[in-house]
Amino acid sequence: MSEHLLDVDDLYVEFRTRDGVAEAINGVSYTLDAGETLAVLGESGSGKSVTAQTIMGILDMPPGFITGGRILYNGKDLLTMPESERQKIRGAEIAMIFQDSLSALNPVFTVGDQIAEMFQVHRGMSKKEGMAKAVDLMEQVRIPGAKERVKDYPHQFSGGMRQRIMIAMAISLDPKVLIADEPTTALDVTVQAQIMDLLQDLQRERNMGMILITHDLGVVAGVADKIAVMYAGRIVESANVWDLYAKPAHPYTQGLLDSMPRVDSKGEELYAIKGLPPSLLALPPGCNFNPRCPHRRDKCVHEVPPTEEVAEDHTAACFFWKEVARG
Amino acid sequence: MSDPNASVSAAAPETVETETYRGSSLPPEASTEKPRSLWSDAWRELRSSKIFILSAILIFFFLIMTFFPNLLTFGKDPYTCDLKLSRQGPSSTAWFGYDNNGCDVYTRTIYGAKASILVGVFATAFAMLVGGFVGVIAGFFGGWVDSILSRVTDIFFGIPLLLGGILVLSSFPSTDNANLYSEVGKVVLALGILGWTSMTRIMRSSVIQVRNADFVIAARALGATSGRIIRKHVVPNSLAPLIVVATISLGGYIGAEATLSFLGLGLQPPVISWGTMINDAQPYIRVAPFMLFFPAIFLSVAVLSFIMLGDAVREALDPKLR
Amino acid sequence: MGRYTIRRLLQMIPVVIGTTFIIYAMVWALPGDPFVGKCGDRPCPASYIAEMRAKFNLDDSLPVQYGKYLWNLLQGNFGESFSGRTVWSEIAQAFPVTFRLALIAIIIEIVIGISAGVLAALNRGGFWDNLILVSTLIVISIPVFVIGFLAQFTFGIKLAWFPPTVGPNATIYELILPAFVLASLSLAYVARLMRGNLAENLRADYVRTATSKGLSRRRVIGRHAVRNSLIPVVTFIGADFGALLGGAIVTEGIFNIRGIGGLLYLSIRTREGATVVGVVTVLVLVFLLVNLLVDILYGAIDPRIRYE
Ligand SMILES: Nc1ncnc2c1ncn2[C@@H]1O[C@H](COP(=O)(O)OP(=O)(O)O)[C@@H](O)[C@H]1O
Ligand SMILES: [Mg+2]
Repeated sequence: MSEHLLDVDDLYVEFRTRDGVAEAINGVSYTLDAGETLAVLGESGSGKSVTAQTIMGILDMPPGFITGGRILYNGKDLLTMPESERQKIRGAEIAMIFQDSLSALNPVFTVGDQIAEMFQVHRGMSKKEGMAKAVDLMEQVRIPGAKERVKDYPHQFSGGMRQRIMIAMAISLDPKVLIADEPTTALDVTVQAQIMDLLQDLQRERNMGMILITHDLGVVAGVADKIAVMYAGRIVESANVWDLYAKPAHPYTQGLLDSMPRVDSKGEELYAIKGLPPSLLALPPGCNFNPRCPHRRDKCVHEVPPTEEVAEDHTAACFFWKEVARG
Repeated sequence: MSDPNASVSAAAPETVETETYRGSSLPPEASTEKPRSLWSDAWRELRSSKIFILSAILIFFFLIMTFFPNLLTFGKDPYTCDLKLSRQGPSSTAWFGYDNNGCDVYTRTIYGAKASILVGVFATAFAMLVGGFVGVIAGFFGGWVDSILSRVTDIFFGIPLLLGGILVLSSFPSTDNANLYSEVGKVVLALGILGWTSMTRIMRSSVIQVRNADFVIAARALGATSGRIIRKHVVPNSLAPLIVVATISLGGYIGAEATLSFLGLGLQPPVISWGTMINDAQPYIRVAPFMLFFPAIFLSVAVLSFIMLGDAVREALDPKLR
Repeated sequence: MGRYTIRRLLQMIPVVIGTTFIIYAMVWALPGDPFVGKCGDRPCPASYIAEMRAKFNLDDSLPVQYGKYLWNLLQGNFGESFSGRTVWSEIAQAFPVTFRLALIAIIIEIVIGISAGVLAALNRGGFWDNLILVSTLIVISIPVFVIGFLAQFTFGIKLAWFPPTVGPNATIYELILPAFVLASLSLAYVARLMRGNLAENLRADYVRTATSKGLSRRRVIGRHAVRNSLIPVVTFIGADFGALLGGAIVTEGIFNIRGIGGLLYLSIRTREGATVVGVVTVLVLVFLLVNLLVDILYGAIDPRIRYE
């Protein structure tokens, strides 16, 4: 087995709450190599963020509990690593961008201060050196008037500019892995495209591995190398972008693709997946997707489908993937 | 706890914050359902709260002391005293000992509940009615009405409760034939006159949050009068924080009464209250500490009961904490 | 910011006028004879009453009386007590003592209250959390004067760690025990408020961001979470200042401190109306000023507040 930059292996996470145990992640595996962009796709609540938080080590524990699996970074398991060692990796080698930049930045410190803190803590620089670096970075993420704005507070920026600040902070120490959790969801469409371009440019320049979390297929197409589709805490299908678009092998992926508006489908009614995502407190037995699945058989209700190799580098967790892939 | 203003300001940041769930984005049906389900949910939550049950039991005992003190004193009279027994310590015949005049401290402590509880209840009711009313008017109508009422509130708010109470009471004539109700009325007035402002602020801010809710706008569009909207929609939906603060303040007013009586300004003898008993006991703290100890315990437990009740109610009314 | 301060000061004027009017009206216009007990057990001679009524303008209508009083006040003239001393000199003499007492109390309140709150929030549901929750609840429930007696009895008399009463010089050492008593209630509130805020902020997104930057837990909590949780605490301490002043009356009475509270206590007992009004007026002004100060400070620690 070749060594990947990041290898999430059969991860299980649950939340023990007053209402019961929510099984948020149920055996997620994916890998990421340098220079590669992995898009993680799925409805909200499917466990995309929880997976990312577990990789970063910022899961709320309790109520969260990691009940199984490994996360290998350069071959070393992050989950069993001593906290001191992990702290050095966090932020410096694996960094993360959050969806809501307004709440993710500390409102009482200037943006420069918050970027400079990375250099102060990880590189032992003085505040002044850190601030100079902050200006550099703000220029790299194309914030106009970076020199003046470095002393502004987060609420003084627009949403798009604030997201650039988050990006500047995340890339400040040249991380090997960048996790972007719905980086554009909170933004206007035009700004979305600019931020995606910026992320893509930065990723190429620095040869980072990037995990792009989104529930928007449209964002994925131009940016990602491969896609992992999540449903109820599992990866139901994973493939490179073109294979997945051309030959979806899981009914859920197919539903997602069909529900995407296309340039050539004007006038046609949009397809929507029937039903609602399941409650994590009481997942349906067998295949979690079965209550909403147009291909459902008895087997789906009784047995959990294994992840099968559909083609090279293309897996799906469906008993009837052949039937699905045929269309 | 000698100043309900303090308790109010401490409670306020949390209460105000937790009220955001009444956002205007609620669908109209959900919102009109709100009062009933909010209150019945809260009641269910309350019944399973240990703190609520404990405080309810304690308050029940204080209410018995208030209305049927003779049940607990085995028919003894608080004014039957024997100077020969002066300052004798606790014994099997007098559990809490005797005070300076040879009166039974246990009997007087039980009888002392009445004045304290009455002051607490009436001062709270006064502050709630006046403060709630002003708050609803200011919050609902906004504009210049709000400006004027808010300035008036600011003026009264500028006088700390205890200072104001001292002022009012020190300028009252002290009469020789003090009876329980005139004395209680006097203290209620002193506390109520300054206590209503915190209630106004709470009520005003929660009314403002409800005022623009969809269901209020819908009701207005259907031609409901302001009076009806206030009664049917605004008040039921904005009452929760006021009730929490009022419950906690009740304990605060009991403490404030005791403090004023201790300063010699509140209730006057022959009215018995925990505050006056503590005031009487003060000179003898070295030789007969039990004279001070027992009424102080009862007073503190009474205040504690209402604060705990308020806490329990707040938790029950706040979905975020569930 | 300077502009804002000036505007706030201007806004304070009507509040001060309204407040002093209410104070004045409460003391002089309520039913009751202000001269009861002034002349021993007998009623006062008519000539004395006439002289006093003239001196305090009691024969004018209330607004006129108040107008004259306010005019004097503006010139720094707080009037004279029945005993003939100027109220201002009495206040000026007593003020430094109370100032020292309040300052020590606030320091105690801030240092211990905030530390306890942080300790509780970081151990939510644990031993320290429960201990702090229960003990603060008890402190909140026991009236200050009872706490005062308990402290005086235990630490002043039984254990004799501190002097049970304060001498005329009111040294810092003598004031420590009374300051603890005075601070106790607010301290309990500060601890609870800090606990609540911090517990909530520890779950905030920006705290999660701070962790994801690879900062140590110590730095995440100390620099990011605590700092933000202090903002409401500062506001509380300002709003609570009135309760502190009220508590000072009781505390000074118990520990025999010759401060503003002691002066007020004495004036009430001797029915010195002018002194009572003067002292309360000064206290209310201090209260309002402290609140203004806190508002300005609030802006300094929370950049989201803008003074427009
Ligand atoms: N701190 C938490 N406590 C309890 N449940 C949580 C917590 N964080 C996430 N969850 C649960 O885990 C599930 C997955 O959440 P998440 O990963 O955020 O979904 P998404 O795919 O939209 O990012 C959700 O159903 C959510 O209820
Ligand atoms: Mg998410």
